[in-house]
Amino acid sequence: MAAPKIRTLHDAVAELIHDGDTVAMEGFTHLIPFAAAHEVIRQGITDLTLVRMTPDVIYDQLIGAGLVRKLVFSWGGNPGVGSLHRFRDAVENGWPRPLEVDEHSHAGMANRYVAGASGLPFAVLRGYRGSEIASRTDTVSTVFCPFTGEELAAVAALNPDVTVIHAQQADREGNVQLWGLTGVQKEAALAAERVLVTVEEITDELRPRPGGVVLPSWAVTAVAEVPGGAHPSYAAGYSVRDNDFYQAWDAVSRDRDTFRTWLNEHVSVRTEEAAAR
Amino acid sequence: MTTTAPCTPDELMTVNAARALAGARTCFVGIGLPSTAANLARRTARPDLVLIYESGTLGSKPTRLPLSIGDGELADTADAVVSVPEMFNYWLQAGRIDVGFLGAAQIDRHANINTTVVDRGPDKPEGRLPGAGGAPEIAANCGEVLIVLRHSPRNFVRRLDFTTTVGHGSGPGDRERLGLRGKGPTAVITDLGVLRPDPATAELVLTELHPGVSAEQVRAATGWELKTADSIGTTAPPTPEELATLRALKAA
Repeated sequence: MAAPKIRTLHDAVAELIHDGDTVAMEGFTHLIPFAAAHEVIRQGITDLTLVRMTPDVIYDQLIGAGLVRKLVFSWGGNPGVGSLHRFRDAVENGWPRPLEVDEHSHAGMANRYVAGASGLPFAVLRGYRGSEIASRTDTVSTVFCPFTGEELAAVAALNPDVTVIHAQQADREGNVQLWGLTGVQKEAALAAERVLVTVEEITDELRPRPGGVVLPSWAVTAVAEVPGGAHPSYAAGYSVRDNDFYQAWDAVSRDRDTFRTWLNEHVSVRTEEAAAR
Repeated sequence: MTTTAPCTPDELMTVNAARALAGARTCFVGIGLPSTAANLARRTARPDLVLIYESGTLGSKPTRLPLSIGDGELADTADAVVSVPEMFNYWLQAGRIDVGFLGAAQIDRHANINTTVVDRGPDKPEGRLPGAGGAPEIAANCGEVLIVLRHSPRNFVRRLDFTTTVGHGSGPGDRERLGLRGKGPTAVITDLGVLRPDPATAELVLTELHPGVSAEQVRAATGWELKTADSIGTTAPPTPEELATLRALKAA
């Protein structure tokens, strides 16, 4: 019999995410799976290749914690605030370890996930023409349309070992539903070998909503109930974005020692409560 | 300054950027200065402007300025919310959006943009910027592009350290050659004035000054030998209504 879908966050992370994995934690500003990332930090899962369109504060924390070998991304800033200082420190100064980057545009990253979810080796788009982005990566090339001869950009498929997302609800069988800004989560989940979903709540019945994204139980590896698991990001219908946190992060992350202290106080110390989840 | 109401250079920039949207129906909005200007336009020059954010919202009508492009307010007030792949493929790539509104870290004389890395000198590692985000395809596929940024020799450079996003390439014909379908950048709005591409050379020239600013000031803030239009205009001072609306928007 298959392992139960519903697990504690600790067990789900321990079972699904391993040293050296390629991991996508998606969520376009909304529904970012912060709690799962913090569990990765607590468990010290390392040498990760992290994939995400907008690395955001969640990857700033993982990078600063020294767990990341390579970053695949398209926009690495603190939205509306400024730089991601831990990301910059890693790229510019190799602290706490060197960070390799594979950099794209948003359109390119979105299509890389689409190709991955579609079981195709690459995707085609009108993009990158004249940009120097392609000169720094081996995952952008060109193809010629067999019907018109037009030259188009080709981007290599993304197939993460694990995709982690946060959603509003799951039922007891592990069917999942998310709504509001659903970003690229469906594609990221379907492109991955294993899928971990944290949810605001587990409900007796999942009622499909117009515009909602439903991931059926058989497309999901594990579900963990983590109310507030997107904070400081948010879950529409449950919470609002903690913009004050994002603004405060600038000062916390600017200095290595301040960051380390923050990480120790807020994430690394494994509390009884966190262990029980 | 001979404005009707005292205002800051940033306010001049934002008010004029909002006015530039007067003829647009749909606008793909970047976060920061472009978002402030586009939201001001919806309250002044263009009340029915359709705001499109890359997080997946079509027709957002936020009651306050969003901090990020994915604040809940943008989705809650939208005509439709779509996935990110749909946004970039069906709506942007297919050429359905009139104006792309971008910021920049560095811009050159042909309105090409760098938001990737900056050269900090020999012996120093490259300085890291956020990266491309949506900009390369926004600039390629929108009907036209407006760029808003503060004017300084650090931003207006003779040579980009990295070309993230193509504006007019190396001159006329480059966009067509590269298969970039929109008109490309049609105006660069700064805190000193407005630059527009010369139709013959596609090189940015100074076409308007904000009230109280001299052409000499703009040249001094530009890293290349900035050419000026045959006749340089002066932008109309912000009206009290524009200023009050902008300040209320920023305070909310």
